[in-house]
Amino acid sequence: MTPRIAIRNLWKEYGDQVVLERINLEVPAGEFCTIVGASGCGKTTLLRMIAGLEKPTSGDILIGGQVVTHLPPRARGIAMVFQSYALYPHMTIYKNIAFPLKAMGMAKDDMKKKVDWSASMLAIERLLQRKPRELSGGERQRVALARALVREPNVFLLDEPLSNLDAKLRTSAREELYRFQKDVSITTIYVTHDQVEAMGMGDRIAVMNAGKVRQLGTPDEVYSDPADMFVAGFLGSPPMNLIETPDRIVGFRPESFLPQQMHEGIGDLVSLPFTVTRIENLGADRLVYGKLEERFGHAAVIANLPTSFTSYAIETKQRYDFAVPRKDVKFFDPRTELRAKPIPL
Amino acid sequence: METATPKVKGALRSRNQHLSFFFDNEKVLGTLMIAPAVVYILALVGFPLVMAFVYSFSDITIGSSDFGFVGFENIKSLIGDFEFKLALKNTILFTAVSMIIVLVLAKILALILVKDFRGKFIIRALILMPYVAPISLGVIGWLWMLDSIYSPINWLLQRTGLFGPDFWPMWLGKPNLAISAIIAVHVWRMLPLATVIMLAGLASIPQDIQDAALVDGAGYFRQLFQITIPMMLPIMLVAVLFGIVFTATDIIIILVLTRGGPYNSTQVLVSKAFYTGIDAGDLATGAATALFLFPLLAAVAVFMLRIARRTEVA
Repeated sequence: MTPRIAIRNLWKEYGDQVVLERINLEVPAGEFCTIVGASGCGKTTLLRMIAGLEKPTSGDILIGGQVVTHLPPRARGIAMVFQSYALYPHMTIYKNIAFPLKAMGMAKDDMKKKVDWSASMLAIERLLQRKPRELSGGERQRVALARALVREPNVFLLDEPLSNLDAKLRTSAREELYRFQKDVSITTIYVTHDQVEAMGMGDRIAVMNAGKVRQLGTPDEVYSDPADMFVAGFLGSPPMNLIETPDRIVGFRPESFLPQQMHEGIGDLVSLPFTVTRIENLGADRLVYGKLEERFGHAAVIANLPTSFTSYAIETKQRYDFAVPRKDVKFFDPRTELRAKPIPL
Repeated sequence: METATPKVKGALRSRNQHLSFFFDNEKVLGTLMIAPAVVYILALVGFPLVMAFVYSFSDITIGSSDFGFVGFENIKSLIGDFEFKLALKNTILFTAVSMIIVLVLAKILALILVKDFRGKFIIRALILMPYVAPISLGVIGWLWMLDSIYSPINWLLQRTGLFGPDFWPMWLGKPNLAISAIIAVHVWRMLPLATVIMLAGLASIPQDIQDAALVDGAGYFRQLFQITIPMMLPIMLVAVLFGIVFTATDIIIILVLTRGGPYNSTQVLVSKAFYTGIDAGDLATGAATALFLFPLLAAVAVFMLRIARRTEVA
C-alpha cells in the first residue's frame, strides 16, 4: 500500500525572501493531487522539498507517517519526473530506466525483468536500445515515467511533465497519465501552471499563490466555491467576475451570468441588467463584454453564453436583462479577500 | 521638371546597382573578406610547412646556399640517433604525464570552483593567473624557484622540517628531478585553461539531470563517474587536445629552465630541432626533427575538427 504524504508548517526562506509560508498539505494514499499556481508561486520549490532536493527552513515532511525532512532523496522512496524529463543523454533508454535499480545494487537478471516490466507498462519496449535524442517528446515523457516507475516508488512527484509537449499531444498524454496513475495507484503530486491540467487530472487541487496554499479541494470545490479572491480570479477562463460594492466584493462565474429568460424555473435570481460593449464568438462559446448599471459603478463584466443559444440575439450598445442564480453569487471581504457572509443585493 | 525626375532616378538606380553588385554578391564579397586570412595562413603557416618538408629531404645548412636532394637520408640517420630517440621519448612522456595530471587536477578544481563559497572570485582569478601571465616571465619565476643554491622551495621545505638539514635537491641538475620539474611546470601552465574548459563543461550539465540522478538514488561517486564525467567527455577531450598541442610544441619551458640538459635528459623534439637547425646550423636535420611532430599534430587537428563537427550537428 502506498503511503500518504503530510506537510506540516513548512517554511522556506532564501535570505529575507519568504518563498513558502506555513504550508500544510495532506495527500491521502493513492491520491492524485495537483498543485497549481502561476510561475514563481513556490510550487516547484515545494515539490523539490518533498523530493529532498532542497531543505526547508522549518517544518516537517512526512511520508507514510515517517518524518523524512532531513533524509536525502534516495532514502525517501520517491520518484520524480522533471519538466525537461532529465533523461541521461549518453545512456540508452534501457540504461536510463535501469539506472535507479543499478543504484540500488540489484542483480542483472532481476534488473532486466524490472526494466522490461516497466517498459511494457508504458509500451516503449521497442525503444530500449535507442538514445534519448532519437526520441520524440511524447516518447521521452514515457521513458521518464518508466524510469520513475521501475523501482516501484512510494510516491510520484511530477513537475510539469506535459509542458514540453505540443498542444495536441498534451490532451492525449493527460488522459494517459491519469489512467496510468489510477492503474498503479501510487500517491502522486503533480505540479503545473495549467489550470486545465490541474482541474482535469487532480483528485484534489491545491491552488498556490505567493508561497501559500490558498485552497485545497476537489476540482469542483475550488471552482464553484473559491475560498478567496485569488482562487476565484485564477481558475476559469474567463475568470470569475468580481464587482466592488461598498462593503463586499461580489463574484459570479461568466457562465452563470445569462439572459434572464434562460434561467426560467431555476429559482431565486439576482437581476443584473447590463449594456453590451463587445461580443467575441469563440466557436463553442460566445463571450459578451459589458458594463453593469450605476448601482455597481458601471463595473465591467463578462458573460459566457453557449453558442447553442443562437435564438438569443445580442448586439453591442444595447441594454439586456441578465441575471445570476442567487446560489451562484459569492461574497468576499474587500480587506481580507476571503469569503464573507452574503449581503442582500 | 517633369523630364528631369526620371533621369535622376535612373542615374541613382544604375549607381546603386553597380554597388550592390559587389555588396549583394556573396561570391565576390565573401572572397574579398576572407582573402586576408587566407594570405596570412598561406604565408606564415603553409609556406614554412612546405619548406620544412623540402628541407628535411635535403642537405641544406645555414652557412651555404647549396641545395642537394638526399631523399630519406636525414630521417634514416635520425631514427638511428640515440639523442633523437630520447627527445622523441621525452616529448611523448612530458605530454602524456602532464596531461594526465592536468586532467585529474582540473577536474577536481572545477568541481570545487563550481560550488558557491566565500572568496570564490579571488580563487578563480588566482587559478587563471598562470594562463594570462606571459609564459617566459612565468618560467623565469620557476627558474628562481628551482635554483640550485637559492631555491625558495628547498628553503621552505627545510624550514618546515620536511627536508632534513643536509637534503638540498638540485631540481634542474639531476636528470630525473629535471624531468619532474619540467612536467610540474607544464602542469602549472596548462591547469588554468583545462580548469576553465572543465568548468564550462560542468556548468553545461543541466541541473535537472543532476537532480534526477540524486532522486534515482545515485551517491556522489556514482553520479560523478556515471553521469558527470561521461557527459563532460566531449569537452574534456577538447581540453586534452589543446593540452597536447600546447605541451608537445612548447619550447620556452625547456629553453629557459634546462636548455635540454642535464645530459640531454630533458631534450624534446622542438628544442632539439631548434638547437640542431638554428644553433648548430644543420637546417636539414632540424627540419626533419621538427617534422616528427607532424603526424601527432595532424591527428590532433583531425580529432578537433571531428568534435567541432559533432557539436555543430547536435
